[in-house]
Amino acid sequence: MVSWPLEILKAIGLAAVIFTFLAVVAAMFGVLLERKIGGWIQSRLGPKHVGPQGLFQTLADTLKLLQKEHIQPRAADRAIFNAAPLIVAVAGLMSWVVIPFGTLGERVLVVRDLNIGIVFFAGMASMTVIGILAGGWSSNNKYSLLGGLRSASQMVSYELPLGMALVAVAMEAGTLSTVGIVRAQDGWFGSFVFRQFPAFVIFLIAATAEVNRVPFDLPEAESELVAGYFSEYTGMRFALFQLGEYGEMFAMAAMTATLFFGGWKGPILPPLVWFLLKMYVVVFFLMWVRWTYPRYRLDQLLNLSWKVLLPAGLVWILITGYRITF
Amino acid sequence: MQLGLVHFLILSALLFCLGLYAVLTRRNAVAILMGIELMLNAANINLVAFNKYVAPAALNGHVFALIVITLAACEAGVGLALVLSAYRNLETVHVDEINVMKW
Amino acid sequence: MGQLAAFIVLSIVTLAAAVVVVGSGNIVRSALSLIPTFLGITGIYILLQAEFVAGIQVLIYAGAITVLILFVIMLTEHGSGVRFRQVNEQVPLGMIVAGALAAFLIATFVTTAWPTSSGALPQYTASGVGTTFMTNMVLVFEATSLVLLVALIGAIVIARRER
Repeated sequence: MVSWPLEILKAIGLAAVIFTFLAVVAAMFGVLLERKIGGWIQSRLGPKHVGPQGLFQTLADTLKLLQKEHIQPRAADRAIFNAAPLIVAVAGLMSWVVIPFGTLGERVLVVRDLNIGIVFFAGMASMTVIGILAGGWSSNNKYSLLGGLRSASQMVSYELPLGMALVAVAMEAGTLSTVGIVRAQDGWFGSFVFRQFPAFVIFLIAATAEVNRVPFDLPEAESELVAGYFSEYTGMRFALFQLGEYGEMFAMAAMTATLFFGGWKGPILPPLVWFLLKMYVVVFFLMWVRWTYPRYRLDQLLNLSWKVLLPAGLVWILITGYRITF
Repeated sequence: MQLGLVHFLILSALLFCLGLYAVLTRRNAVAILMGIELMLNAANINLVAFNKYVAPAALNGHVFALIVITLAACEAGVGLALVLSAYRNLETVHVDEINVMKW
Repeated sequence: MGQLAAFIVLSIVTLAAAVVVVGSGNIVRSALSLIPTFLGITGIYILLQAEFVAGIQVLIYAGAITVLILFVIMLTEHGSGVRFRQVNEQVPLGMIVAGALAAFLIATFVTTAWPTSSGALPQYTASGVGTTFMTNMVLVFEATSLVLLVALIGAIVIARRER
């Protein structure tokens, strides 16, 4: 078998293409979108001066971050301090491996259609927290450490409802593969957003918490913790944290589109356009929530997860099991 | 050389002994738990490897590995709760200093 | 060939990280090294065509147990614990015992004639595992869930602060 070096090269090539696409489309365009929508919701203009309508604002910001000095606290744990942003960025981008973007003829555009797709996705989502915890601890700063610990408790708690929602969807579709789940949704009312509405609600709430967005942005609450786990990070490493966060957020939005809105399926328009449309609707929803609602308290946050979402998820799994068996 | 059962068994033996070493020599209860996790992982590698090379017809090895993972999660949860409780009461997590039961 | 190369790389990653877990004086580094160890083992599972076990390994071990361990470390010991002596007086003894056991195990493994079978695993093991859980192993499954419940309650009761 001589094919494996070729396979590895192909995988590296694909990864480079996808990651570049993500870094540009998801993170850079995402930041711009975030600021524009924020401006629109709060009746201001948002970025306006760099390029037409402020289109190149993020590009300028990225260039600025790239040139900035890398400052490292003297008492920081050097190796871990430098590795933490990489863990977050890589885990955030790895989630994209299993997301099907659309179809091209007979071929499904997906990096790898793993037959454990959604388990892999949940695993990658849970890897982010380690990077955050490591970054928070290694900065040797009490705000960072507190932010890291908060983030760990929050993300570990919300992984469970997320998993419950995924289990319900997998039961309904009869497969763990993301492509299989999209194939299982036929027609308008075949979308799982109708057949699995409670799972959809649970997934969306848990996903918002999992990517640390308002109203669950406790790990980086500016007013309490300076900036949480990345207080001490500057320059490119800070940008990597941001990239990971936006990559993860877009991955969650893409996963919502895949699991509940029928992925690439839709009439007239090409599949890729449909997929992006659905993804950006979810992204818009997340941003809308962010600029509209205040932040939860930590105890409220944990109560919501353990006392509401988790039991609801378990009950819904029971109901789904009953429905598909009888 | 073909990849065979023995390779996986050797890997798991080495991993198991590393875990054992941690359990025998570490003072910190959390580090001992980490050693136990390594040992459980070594056992899991064995289960899955035997499943593939010795009895591929049934998936019992995978099932047992999953059960071991579940029980490892239970063990970590309860063990770490005990560590926290001990730290709260005795202000140490070093197992050679937790000796209030030994008079 | 490719499989053997992958196995060697994964073993090196796993064992090197495990050595850091066992030997590092900084307990946070130990805990963080668990992640490459577990991910290396995940790769081993994928080599063994146990993709569902591999997925669960990432989710539970790398994602949950390691976080739990890190969390407890940060709540105790005031961080890295480098100010404390991390090993007891049994280091030479432990080395001898662990080394002897390793030598013994490896010698046994190499000399034993394993009754290997050349059959192939089912193509898609996740559904097979589910079926096995629900048919042949249903009692084990129920017992495991009971243990899980007891552990959940026990952990909450133990870790709760007395009021």
